[in-house]
Amino acid sequence: MVQFEAPAGPQPGRRRPTFPATTDAERSDDRSVMARQGRWATWWRGGGPVTVAFLVPMLLAFGLFSWWPIVRTAVMAFQQTNLVEPAHWVGFANFRHVLTDPLLPTALRNTAIFAGLAFLFGYPIPLLLAIAMSDLRRMRGLFAVLAYLPVVVPPAVAVLLWQFFYDASGGGVFNTVLGWFGLGPVPWLVSSHWVLPSLVLEATWAAAGGTVIIYLAALTTVPKELYDAAQVDGAGIWRKLVHVTLPHLRTIMLVTLILQIIGTAQVFLEPYLFTDGGPDNASLTVLLLIYNYAFGSTTGGGDYGDATALSLLLAVGLAVLSWVYFRLTRSWSDS
Amino acid sequence: MSETTSFVSVSDLRRPGVRWARRIVNVVLFLILVVVALGPLLWLAKSAVTPAQDTLRKPMEIWPHGPDWSILTHAWSDLQLRRYLVNTVVIAAGSWAVQMLVATTAGYALSVLRPAYGRILYGAVLATMFVPTVVLLVPLYLTVLKLPLIHASLVNTYWGAFLPAGASAFNVALMKRFFDNLPREILEAARVDGAGPVRLFTAIVLPMSRPVLGVVSVFAVLAAWKDFIWPLIVLPDPAKQPISVRLPSLAPVTSIDTFLAALLISTALPIAFFLVFQRFFLRSEGLDGAVKG
Repeated sequence: MVQFEAPAGPQPGRRRPTFPATTDAERSDDRSVMARQGRWATWWRGGGPVTVAFLVPMLLAFGLFSWWPIVRTAVMAFQQTNLVEPAHWVGFANFRHVLTDPLLPTALRNTAIFAGLAFLFGYPIPLLLAIAMSDLRRMRGLFAVLAYLPVVVPPAVAVLLWQFFYDASGGGVFNTVLGWFGLGPVPWLVSSHWVLPSLVLEATWAAAGGTVIIYLAALTTVPKELYDAAQVDGAGIWRKLVHVTLPHLRTIMLVTLILQIIGTAQVFLEPYLFTDGGPDNASLTVLLLIYNYAFGSTTGGGDYGDATALSLLLAVGLAVLSWVYFRLTRSWSDS
Repeated sequence: MSETTSFVSVSDLRRPGVRWARRIVNVVLFLILVVVALGPLLWLAKSAVTPAQDTLRKPMEIWPHGPDWSILTHAWSDLQLRRYLVNTVVIAAGSWAVQMLVATTAGYALSVLRPAYGRILYGAVLATMFVPTVVLLVPLYLTVLKLPLIHASLVNTYWGAFLPAGASAFNVALMKRFFDNLPREILEAARVDGAGPVRLFTAIVLPMSRPVLGVVSVFAVLAAWKDFIWPLIVLPDPAKQPISVRLPSLAPVTSIDTFLAALLISTALPIAFFLVFQRFFLRSEGLDGAVKG
């Protein structure tokens, strides 16, 4: 420790392993050392322990909170546990139970409708906004800030605020505005037909800004020469948009689409806070069902085996979906 | 900067029709953004200082009987908002610290120190990106409930709320890619001058990485601030809950004006944070990585 170089780092725990093999002198006779001693010594003198020390935070974080839970999902899906007695194996019973749950088709259908509506509302809007905004010169910063503002509102706050907007009486905020145009009143959250579109509307408001910024970033990378060349060839604004701008965005559009689908397949917060799955399970989603198995108050919760079994099925389903998606779109963009 | 790339060229703009159409599009775009994006927040700001009766009877009218500023102070003291905001700040700060520690050290080890087994580790990290985090909620909860080997429980502790945020493959990938692009000559020069791995990390790599550190930081803080489901599960004790978890349970027992004031107060901080650090949120490099990562 005497000849230790001041590391300037505030983590004293990291100091100990750094002292061997950090000086040039030691590094230069690495080769001769390798001949005499084993691989272990080489590794030790070559800075191996320091590298491991740098990797410790990552190994701890991922080991405890990512890799271990992933392994556990695969194990617990085949077990029954109540956290008091030791878990015991039940084979495919959890899967059988989950797949025959009469609520599963409802949850799947609602999740699919949610994802479909989110695609209809939420996919074109950010793209159009970003394209229109990319043409701005001085005001682009202000527009981008405005578009991003809903993204920084905590989702719980946004949902609780929109709950006032969705007040189904004629005096609710949205119904008052609709009344100005002679429309409504719409029974937003209390009707099983309107509840999913209402949730999607709020979710789109909350998320669109993030996608706008991603598209805006991509739009600034379109080479100016392409526009100039199209211009020379006599292309107008519309044809430049269709033949230069959109093709350049294609990769990002494909990525944002699958990310959006994966995201909406896991929708939880909106149905949980707005309606808790109601009315009459019309907004029950797959993730809400998983949550209810494990932590739900009405069903009793504690069904950790069922919850992990359904989680596993959802994860596998999404993985297959993304794999198929990338296979399909790759062959499409190659041809 | 006036010559930014755009599908509307200078010669297009010489045509008066194009100029007018563009002006109209811009004004309409601005109005849409103000009404749709800002509108709900303006309504919240208005209603937070409006007496309950006015908001209930005429939600779209601006202060029919004048604003009542005391609602804000009532909400602050009656609902103990300070305690929940402090909880939120503690969790966000812890989440930021653990994410920065994991991402910088891991990115440095994988990008600069490059151990032989680094590729396998990096693959194992990237693979977790394909597992949706919410799918791991239940096993993660059970892990935190009884940590492997040491058998301690992190439930109802701030540690349990923020430590799992460290396992972000996205952060590690972003950091590693940024370190990969640092000029190797500078790192080599530092090595020749006798800088060890620790010195190289703290004195060369970190100071050169301010942009990516800023981007990861602001997104880490905002994500922690916005998180709902994880703190809801891991902090059943209301005294420890962050504000966004606490608000839904306050809703049924609070009058509408006080509650809207509470909503405004809990939104004000993240919005101020965003406005101060907007260049990190809106800069293209970080988001470009966000898409490809």
